[in-house]
Amino acid sequence: MIMRLSISSGVGERVNISSDTWTVAGRTFTSRLIVGTGKYKSFEENAAAVEASGAEIVTVAVRRVNVTDPNAPRLSDFIDPRKVVYLPNTAGCFTAEDAMRTLRLAREAGGWNLVKLEVLAEAKTLYPDMIETIRATELLANEGFEVMVYCTDDPVMAKRCENAGAVAVMPLGAPIGSGLGVQNPVMIRLIVEGAKVPVLVDAGVGTASDAAAAMELGCDGVLMNTAIAEAKEPVTMALAMRHAVEAGRLAYRAGRMAKRRYADPSSPLAGLI
Amino acid sequence: MTIDATISLRINGEHRRVVVGMTLAELINSIGQDPGRVAVERNLEIVPRSSFATLCVEDGDDYEIVHFVGGG
Repeated sequence: MIMRLSISSGVGERVNISSDTWTVAGRTFTSRLIVGTGKYKSFEENAAAVEASGAEIVTVAVRRVNVTDPNAPRLSDFIDPRKVVYLPNTAGCFTAEDAMRTLRLAREAGGWNLVKLEVLAEAKTLYPDMIETIRATELLANEGFEVMVYCTDDPVMAKRCENAGAVAVMPLGAPIGSGLGVQNPVMIRLIVEGAKVPVLVDAGVGTASDAAAAMELGCDGVLMNTAIAEAKEPVTMALAMRHAVEAGRLAYRAGRMAKRRYADPSSPLAGLI
Repeated sequence: MTIDATISLRINGEHRRVVVGMTLAELINSIGQDPGRVAVERNLEIVPRSSFATLCVEDGDDYEIVHFVGGG
């Protein structure tokens, strides 16, 4: 995707968004928004939302083929894996072994090593089990996988993931599917400051301002599914998220003003009539 | 193997009877799937796609055949 947007500052200086790329495991992307492909009403709506989001990566799940209905529509008929990177995810896995089994199958199905690991502790919160997650990260990295890791919003655990071989760390903003927004901005910022691999807020985004807030903390990207899929108009929300991620990123790069406790006039006090 | 030259196996937990000598690629085609878009576990071991056309299914085999679906 090539962004044509450039902004003139009025003194001839230009901000070129297309030069602002990010790289994970040697692959470079322009879009900082990764979207999921679950929960949509139809494959058509899903494909239109991916298009509107500008995402270059989509997450996918690995499941049994339909043995009884061979004519059931397939995701790849609507979202072309040659045009958009499929990032296989281990959603629904509660042990390192289940996650590894899933990703070995994903590697065989897709033919690539870049995967998203998520090992969940329990169903109510879908909170990651970090002990299993770190164990699986290390084992998968040793098998040649490039593992993007869903983790807690804990700088110590994020660093442990990185040390275990994660190519990106993806702390949750809030519980998966909750739409509560980034609950722990201080810790997300500390993860960003300490990480040597890309940091993406994964889960918890509910609306555009949440995505912008995540990007303003300095994250390299945001991953979301439900915020788009469960919006009343998913395609419109996908476009909003695209702009929010771009706006948040630009605000981070611009460097926000310092906060003041009291007012400070914008018009000069000198020359008042 | 039985007198009618069929064998019994399981695909994704479901029992099937197929003819003796069927390859894995033929088995995948027989359930309406594209061998180029699935991954297969045979008795908990991954089968490389390059072996689909040559591997003959055997009596008692247990297959998991998976593909990518929508997910978060």
